[in-house]
Amino acid sequence: MGRQLLINDLDKEGIATLAGYKANGGYAALEKALKMKPEEVVTEVQKSGLRGRGGAGFPTGMKWSFIAKPPGVPRYLVCNADESEPGTFKDRYLMQRKPHILIEGMIISSFALGANTSYIYIRGEMMYVFHILEKAIQEAYDAGLLGKNILGSGYDLDLYVHCGAGAYICGEETGLIESLEGKRGNPRIKPPFPAVKGVWQCPTVVNNVETLAAVVPIINMTGDEYAKIGIGKSTGTKLISASGHINKPGVYEIELGVPVEEFIYSEQYCGGIRNGKKLKAVVAGGSSVPILPAEKLLKTPKGEPRLMSYESLSEGGFAEGTMLGSGGFIVMDEDTSVVKNLWNFTRFYHHESCGQCSPCREGTGWMEKILHKFLDGHATMADIDLLWDIQSKIDGRTICPLGDAASWPVASAIRHFRSEFEEYVKKGENMRDIQHYYRVNQLEATNS
Amino acid sequence: MAEIKPIKFSDEALQLCHKIMKRYPEGKQKSAILPVLHIAQAEFGGWLSAPVMDYVASLLKIQPVEVYEVASFYTMYNLKPVGKCVIEVCRTGPCWLMGAEDLVKFIEKKLNIKEGETTADGMFTLKTVECLASCGTAPMMQIGETYHENLTFEKCSDILDNYKAKGEHVSHWRKERITNHSDIKQ
Repeated sequence: MGRQLLINDLDKEGIATLAGYKANGGYAALEKALKMKPEEVVTEVQKSGLRGRGGAGFPTGMKWSFIAKPPGVPRYLVCNADESEPGTFKDRYLMQRKPHILIEGMIISSFALGANTSYIYIRGEMMYVFHILEKAIQEAYDAGLLGKNILGSGYDLDLYVHCGAGAYICGEETGLIESLEGKRGNPRIKPPFPAVKGVWQCPTVVNNVETLAAVVPIINMTGDEYAKIGIGKSTGTKLISASGHINKPGVYEIELGVPVEEFIYSEQYCGGIRNGKKLKAVVAGGSSVPILPAEKLLKTPKGEPRLMSYESLSEGGFAEGTMLGSGGFIVMDEDTSVVKNLWNFTRFYHHESCGQCSPCREGTGWMEKILHKFLDGHATMADIDLLWDIQSKIDGRTICPLGDAASWPVASAIRHFRSEFEEYVKKGENMRDIQHYYRVNQLEATNS
Repeated sequence: MAEIKPIKFSDEALQLCHKIMKRYPEGKQKSAILPVLHIAQAEFGGWLSAPVMDYVASLLKIQPVEVYEVASFYTMYNLKPVGKCVIEVCRTGPCWLMGAEDLVKFIEKKLNIKEGETTADGMFTLKTVECLASCGTAPMMQIGETYHENLTFEKCSDILDNYKAKGEHVSHWRKERITNHSDIKQ
């Protein structure tokens, strides 16, 4: 197993409490950071090469450097804990087991940004984690780690948890900001970017849970040292949420650059495909990223082993590659119906579309209906092209990336698994009874 | 004649709401709407009626329509009466791959209701919901704040029997966390 910086000490007694966290070196980074200048903290994060862990992979230090500093206007840091990308469960895992690493990361980051009030926006479904965070924050206040004059530094910070109420769109940063203001989570048109006009029209930075937690080891070890971990521009470690048809689903912290094949088959990670089945396809970074068939996932277009990194997973563009995204790694075995899985994802995007932009609001609904025709056995070959046409007219034509996220799974499924759509058309209603799986052999046996 | 109860939070709930409202800048108390609606659901039988939403509007000093539009946007708010226990089964991607569809059918059969319906005794409402970030422990369901993970039919059946035996009202924001809210920092 490679180096672990975030979940290395989860087995330590009381790590979820302030005492246990401190006994294992917690809040040392905060003490160090408070002796630095805020801009020096930003520089360390820039040097680390840390990229947003929520999905977009935007360099964190650069995002921080964009924050506007008009005099007399408060600045805010908001943690995006609205983890709702299907296939992703790392943030819940981390917050539940080690809440203080997020709190420490947020105090350091707020100090770097000059924010005196910060919020953690957690999705409402994770209500029990909301209370875990409340308790941990209370402990931090009692120990002088939050509130006025933190550790005698003269720096003040109030940190609050805010809960959502069930809306995928609030994971989009401007949707999240609208929601934090007490409104429907309709994303805003950018510009102005949140760094200039965010929550309550004040400069705001929104960062993912894992991103803010990673600031703690960066300050402890320095940005330069952190940048030595990983590969190329994919520095550091990443939490991967592994799910689906594997022997050992769960959260794994990897050094970026681990070969995908090793990640799937090695005993220290996913432990191979369950029931001795073969690998059919993987959605490597949360439901929004393109699905890849096994052979394209394991090897790059150049025939080299593909690695778990931002660059390697996207090698070959959308024709041949995918994205690291949020690290939601969904594995499908040979029996899985890609068409039915796609219907499931598309229904999700239709359900979660906020309804502002017509390409997304109408397009996701049409795609869901057409995919349902395939499952019902009433689709025609022209429907495959129609699906392709609709997705191409959503992609890039909406205010926020939900439209893109809804179109990419459709495009990639047709691109790589067109023959399976054709099979649904040819076999028609005979495919109806296939509930979970695409068991061609069984179906053929019943037909003969 | 049915007794008409005035719409009012318990003292503890009211205190808790005022604590939460103070977390946002002066004049921005509307921001507290999502947590306050969760508390309202816990206080008033698991759903939000129009009078309850009007009450929340008066508390936050905003127009009722501002509450309606929010309450109708977020899936965790029930705008119709529900059973004491709302079963929320995750149906998205990874849970579907691991058998969520069969799990829903099993619950439908066990409780003799369809998805979206409430049992005749008012104990259970069955809902399907989107990804609850529990994909590594699929299939799963949420009841109140509790995640029930790695479900099998037997396990699911036992869990539902337990809730039924207790017969208590279960909400996302647990009642005891309203009665005693010392964990909530102002």
